[in-house]
Amino acid sequence: MEHEITLVVNGVARRVSVPARRLLSDCLRHDLGLTGTHVGCEHGVCGCCTVLLDGQPVRSCLTFAVTVDGRELTTVEGLAGPDRLSPVQRAFAECHGLQCGFCTPGFLCTVTALLAENPAPTEEEVLEGVSGNLCRCTGYQNIVKAVHRAAELLAEES
Amino acid sequence: MKPPPFEYHAPGDLGAALRTLAEVRGKVLAGGQSLIPMLNMRLTAPEYLVDINRVASLGGIDVTEAGVRVGALARHSEVERAGAHPLLTRALKLVAHPVIRNRGTVVGSLVHADPAAELPAVLAVLGGSVRVARWEGHTQVVRDVPAADFFTGPMESAVQPGELAVSAFFPALGFRTGDAFEEVARRHGDYALAGVCAVVTLDEEAYVTAAKVACIGVGPVPVVVDVSEASGHCPVHELDWAEVGRLVQSAVEPEDDIHASAAYRRHLVGVLAERALWKAAREGAAIRGA
Repeated sequence: MEHEITLVVNGVARRVSVPARRLLSDCLRHDLGLTGTHVGCEHGVCGCCTVLLDGQPVRSCLTFAVTVDGRELTTVEGLAGPDRLSPVQRAFAECHGLQCGFCTPGFLCTVTALLAENPAPTEEEVLEGVSGNLCRCTGYQNIVKAVHRAAELLAEES
Repeated sequence: MKPPPFEYHAPGDLGAALRTLAEVRGKVLAGGQSLIPMLNMRLTAPEYLVDINRVASLGGIDVTEAGVRVGALARHSEVERAGAHPLLTRALKLVAHPVIRNRGTVVGSLVHADPAAELPAVLAVLGGSVRVARWEGHTQVVRDVPAADFFTGPMESAVQPGELAVSAFFPALGFRTGDAFEEVARRHGDYALAGVCAVVTLDEEAYVTAAKVACIGVGPVPVVVDVSEASGHCPVHELDWAEVGRLVQSAVEPEDDIHASAAYRRHLVGVLAERALWKAAREGAAIRGA
């Protein structure tokens, strides 16, 4: 049986018909064509599929699309401004916080929410904040640097 | 890695949820941070799923002098931020990762009853309870299940088919009482290989009047050991906590698995019990003015 749901994705209301078992990650990628959200492990370990649900980061592979009917979502496609990348995205580029880029959408969403809640995190808070996201390329050092740099950029631009 | 098909129900209030559960006896979906991985990996295939996320009355945290009552939809992160109970807050920081805690629920962790999970140990050591409701005839029937009876086996709780755990109650800590939670996990955020939470109460002369631990990862359910007698014979700063730790160690019967041997788990319990009891006693003495 299909369920008619409405998701407000990156500010746009999208109506879609999905079976109840459709994971939010698959709904975003396959039903809505938003393939920026990556799917790694599909059991909540890797963090690649992290999106923002009403501003809070959640695993889209551990959420059913039907459960979040009517809610607001931000995916990696919705982070950039009209003219340029978001401060978090620019910081990741600047600090070489990515190599292959597979984990990056999850990191960007996680870090965007982390800095919205805590604009000047300590080293420990950054480590705790990104502890649920795996990256097999960078060794994390540059990701941590990017988070601090993003905090600087956000402070400068506010 | 896709969930098997199921019939989906999303009741809008508690009465509807209980009536649906009475009718279809489905699996309850709250945070889904344990259930959905199990569905994705096809470790479980319920015919009916009852999503309680629209039942607003199940949210919220109620703090009184007696303790903290946590509703079935209160997320880990929400309860952690509320900081209403020191041991609960401490334990929540050890549950998975912040992003998982944004969806996962406290009551869900209790009902899931993973033998290596932190929150069942907190409920057990505090002697808390879980409120369980069901629909019978034309009305809802509620029962409170004490922690000692709630955890019945690995991944098994006293919640029966057709029932819904609506809230959990964590009793407040008394005066001159400290708490601690110590665990060893391979990686931060993983389920612990072994863990011990401790609650220690002192009297005005700094003698231990009550000391209790709950151990995780070393039995089918949290193993509660009351060590009040073994730690009450001398002032707390003269106590040999290692000896008390050995007593806790002798009370558990861990098993081998892929993650650690039984011998290693037994070793960990001794070390962690000593550490947790010492920390809880120190906190009880310092913060609450013994």
